[in-house]
Amino acid sequence: MNLINHESVVKRMKPRLSKNSISKWIFFALTMFVLLILGVLLYRIFSQGLGYLDLQFLQSLPSRKPENAGVYAALIGTIWLMAVVAPVSLLLGVGTAIYLEEYAKENAITNFIKVNISNLAGVPSIVFGLLGLTVFVRALAFGTSVLAAGLTMSLLVLPVIIVASQEAIRAVPNQLREASFGLGATKWQTIVRIVLPAAIPGILTGGILALSRAIGETAPLVVLGMPLFLAFLPKTFFDMITVLPLQIYNWTGRPQAEFHALAAAGIIVLLVMLIIMNSIAVLIRNKFQKRY
Amino acid sequence: MKSFKKLALTAMMTGVLAITAACGAQGTEGNKEQAGEEVKQLQGEIKIDGSSTVFPIMEAVVEEYGMTQPNVKVSVGSSGTGGGFEAFIAGETELSNASRPIKDEEATALKEKGIDYTEVQLAYDGLSVVVNKDNDWVESLTIEDLQKIWIEDGTTKKWSDINPDWPAEEIKLYSPGTDSGTFDYFDEVILDGKPIVEKATLSEDDNTLVQGVQGDKNAIGYFGYAYYAENKDTLKIVKIDGGEGPVEPTNETIESGEYAPLSRPLFTYVKNTAIKDQEEVYDFVKFLLENAATLSEDVGYVKLPEEEYTKQLDTLETLK
Repeated sequence: MNLINHESVVKRMKPRLSKNSISKWIFFALTMFVLLILGVLLYRIFSQGLGYLDLQFLQSLPSRKPENAGVYAALIGTIWLMAVVAPVSLLLGVGTAIYLEEYAKENAITNFIKVNISNLAGVPSIVFGLLGLTVFVRALAFGTSVLAAGLTMSLLVLPVIIVASQEAIRAVPNQLREASFGLGATKWQTIVRIVLPAAIPGILTGGILALSRAIGETAPLVVLGMPLFLAFLPKTFFDMITVLPLQIYNWTGRPQAEFHALAAAGIIVLLVMLIIMNSIAVLIRNKFQKRY
Repeated sequence: MKSFKKLALTAMMTGVLAITAACGAQGTEGNKEQAGEEVKQLQGEIKIDGSSTVFPIMEAVVEEYGMTQPNVKVSVGSSGTGGGFEAFIAGETELSNASRPIKDEEATALKEKGIDYTEVQLAYDGLSVVVNKDNDWVESLTIEDLQKIWIEDGTTKKWSDINPDWPAEEIKLYSPGTDSGTFDYFDEVILDGKPIVEKATLSEDDNTLVQGVQGDKNAIGYFGYAYYAENKDTLKIVKIDGGEGPVEPTNETIESGEYAPLSRPLFTYVKNTAIKDQEEVYDFVKFLLENAATLSEDVGYVKLPEEEYTKQLDTLETLK
């Protein structure tokens, strides 16, 4: 007696194999489609903007003459914005995550907070703009300064950082904590010396990705009423700034085709910044992740 | 542990780099300050916000002004006419750009806050009505025709409804969004407060409208003159008959007022106390009026007749 009915196996093999290869090709086509879109986008931007991209473009203020215009003010503004967003959002975000994961008791209130943080991550960015306008620009009278813009952006990316940090802290094996406690370390010593160093790759990856989002956001800043044209650069955190996405948004709305090309060049600058930041995130992850 | 320290070091280095970059930037500005000392150097801060239509003119003026007065920090925003007035009422700005005259409720709100203002006319913009390049039937339209095309009356509009000789095909409409001053102006002179055709494509980005009309043989749209001027080769302009024969929008017909009623003035509103108390604001507005003619033509608008600027300069002197 045959344990395997060869005939039926052969009969069923063919359709199963073809199903397998059909699904393989479908998913391959989907991947290619996504890449194609990316390719078209990059081609369009680079073919349009590359001609305007030179050192002068990076060193000039905006101008009514496309050949003199540049992104200097916006570039410096973006760096200033990051100087506020990075420390504020990382300190608040990592702090909250440590509290929620290490200290908070599992009860209804903690759960309520966790659910709401996840909800906040999905709130449209323009809503944060309205919040920033009411609280930072008007109520606290920061005006449309670096500080107001930075704090608004920090709030925007905060949920993302909290969730990423929570995941990273949760991923630290419990045995490490127990070993630390067993050696007589306090909770705080355990967190600072054991948990945080182990969680840092995850936290920083999430943090840098969140900062990349803050660099590219336009809507909240439009709502805040950030200026588009500045003939001066910021010196303190209470000065006004303009940032890259705003400058790009302004140029795309102009009637003259030259300004559209300038916008494309601005997008390239923004993309390069984003790619650099994301590469740092990848590097950090690869360097520190293989600890156990 | 070691790698953690390394990481902290990297983070610190990045911070130091950012600060150095910012300081370097200050240095270059400091050098600029030492140049040109012939003119009396003023100091201060001027905040401008408002219409995105007026923005290019202001940008050009501020750019030129920065060459004579580098220490006056001027910022220009573009939150739209309505958004600009909101900030103006809140006392956040000294100048508020507008592509329509101030509304009654805005004027009342300013009065309640005790803010006196002066209206300054900068230039004209001719709202241009355009159709597709392949449209060989429309040459000119009267105001009544425009109303027939743009006001919602429950029916599907066909070109043949306007003129029986024209094709019986549906008209595709492209209009600026209802938040824009351009729409407000069109609403005032053509729609007269009645609703715009529901099927019309509305967009805040005028380039979208340009593309829409370029791509559809049965399309009609309207937007600022500068957008037509930049796309002359790919769009067909419609002459407008305001009662005295069809007129095409050109720099001459807009400036002379012949292109009526679709040519509109562009404004900026200035806080009176700012002119009085802040020398840099007075100086800036003076510079603005002296240069608005050339600079507005530079960015695609139409200048006012010379005497309009002189008249406004005289008014400015009385406010000082």
